[in-house]
Amino acid sequence: MSAASLTDSFLERAPLALRDWVVNFLPAPLQWLGHHLITIIAVLAVFGTFFAFTTIAERKLLARLQNRLGPNRSGLPWIKGLTLFGLSQPFADAIKTLTKEDIVPAAADKCLHFLAPVIVVAFSLMTFAVLPFGRHLIPVELDAALLYFFAAGAATELAIFMAGWSSRNKYSLLAAMRALAQLISYELPLILSVVPIVLVTSTLSTQGIVLAQGGWTFGFLPHWFVFTPWGFPGFIIFLVAALAESNRSPFDLPEAESELIAGHLTEYSGFKYALFFMAEYFGLTALSGLGVTLFLGGWQAPIAALQFIPSYAWFMLKLIGMLVFFIWIRGTLLRLRIDQLTRLAWQFLVPLALLNVGNAAFWILTSSWSGPLQLIRWAVSLAIIVIPFILLGRTLTAGYAPRAYRYAP
Amino acid sequence: MLGSGIINGLIVTAKNFAGSYHDPERMVTVEYPEQKTVLPENYRNFPFLITENATDPMGTLRCVACQICEKECPPQCIIIEKSKDKKPDATGKLQLYPAIFGIDTSVCMSCQICVEVCPFDAIKMDKVFEIATTDRFQDLFLDRERLAKPNSYYHEIHPVEAAEVDGRLLAERKAAEEKAKVAAAAKAAAAAAKPVVTPPPATP
Repeated sequence: MSAASLTDSFLERAPLALRDWVVNFLPAPLQWLGHHLITIIAVLAVFGTFFAFTTIAERKLLARLQNRLGPNRSGLPWIKGLTLFGLSQPFADAIKTLTKEDIVPAAADKCLHFLAPVIVVAFSLMTFAVLPFGRHLIPVELDAALLYFFAAGAATELAIFMAGWSSRNKYSLLAAMRALAQLISYELPLILSVVPIVLVTSTLSTQGIVLAQGGWTFGFLPHWFVFTPWGFPGFIIFLVAALAESNRSPFDLPEAESELIAGHLTEYSGFKYALFFMAEYFGLTALSGLGVTLFLGGWQAPIAALQFIPSYAWFMLKLIGMLVFFIWIRGTLLRLRIDQLTRLAWQFLVPLALLNVGNAAFWILTSSWSGPLQLIRWAVSLAIIVIPFILLGRTLTAGYAPRAYRYAP
Repeated sequence: MLGSGIINGLIVTAKNFAGSYHDPERMVTVEYPEQKTVLPENYRNFPFLITENATDPMGTLRCVACQICEKECPPQCIIIEKSKDKKPDATGKLQLYPAIFGIDTSVCMSCQICVEVCPFDAIKMDKVFEIATTDRFQDLFLDRERLAKPNSYYHEIHPVEAAEVDGRLLAERKAAEEKAKVAAAAKAAAAAAKPVVTPPPATP
């Protein structure tokens, strides 16, 4: 099969063909509106369902990581004995949260208290607009897509502070301030870890970045950025920062229930509470999608021979892989303290991310090296990041680890 | 090196994940309504009345309506009304029996004090815990028909304790019989030695 037939195969085109078929029923002046509405509905439907099944997958996986069974009871209504491994749990949860009472504190700022969950969901959904889900599937093609993604993603921090402030509760406010400190601290390594990619590809367009990762050496070594000496540390920094940005364990301080009740969500109940969690999962999914796009080759197949599988399937597979990895992390690590959290960001991740930018610059400058010089290029590039990693790690953990027990044997 | 601890931790949880599918030893979950754990022998919950004979539970209650448990019960959840007539008990002796014996399980705190004070080993602790009902008044107040359970059931739930109780009761009965025999023999001997009954001394 030739490359052209692969890029334009029926499966590759099917979602677009379906959309055009529906749009053609509309009168010509309304077609642009239908076009965009269908895109929005598709993203909402796909990622809404994805969110629902992420929650059950997370609960199941966490349970298995801790030698438990996880939810396996909820089946279908009116059919007894058919539990489907508890797969209908998210729908039962949705009905439960919808039927719960919505309590607004008497002293709360009613308007902001209502707006905060709406805004947090809206902004986290907006980030999906620039993710290339497939070869031809991108809701909006922007030249400055990366900039837009981080702008929309950072706006959710505003909503979190809105929630904390409008609740008129000191725990909520303290937690919201902690959340802001955390989110602003980790915004920096997150963006710095992306800068090398912009340097190398010299584009901010997500589709352009994915296209730059196309091609294979010998047909099975993909040219993904994660397999470069500057892309791998960048990916690790991105992962850590993405975990912190989406308030997930081990960085789930803003809603650390043992310390701050439920953080900025203390005064929220019922469906508004669920909306915050929805936004958290949307944010996590969007950041994972961005990670896939930037470092894991986006919708590109890992092996040239597997190109016949449509590109959006590859994207979803990689996305699921990222989410499973995040769940695995959550099932393993303990929560950090707030001082450890900011220390990690400012003293460790930011310097390494800055070095990594220089590393990428070196990689571009030496792009003409070939033959044995290629080995030197790899060695120098690795040294630029590995030596500071080891030295920084040693200095920062000096006196901290391994922990000396004075009384216990 | 920094980060090696995280990798070790990830390996541990990955082993848990894989092991949870093929190694039942790892799984501690008991899926309750379908599977049940074996309760420890000393588990106790709510008292019940012991009957000697399963076929005639009301006729062979060990309880003689002495009302000690009713008076000792800290939350006062026991109600007893004595019978007007007497019935023979297991040893054939005529005894009172409870016309009404009720325990309000919504008040009972399973303290076992009624069991400790009972001189007749008539009330013992049960092992039931699935006692949810739809009516909190009628269904939680247990009358003597619902409280009465045969001695064989007691042997089933607390075998060691029940064997000890049965052995003691048997020994007591034997001792009582022998004492009665000795007394009867002594009486007979006394009757044979002194056929003439001396009149009791006149009281002043």
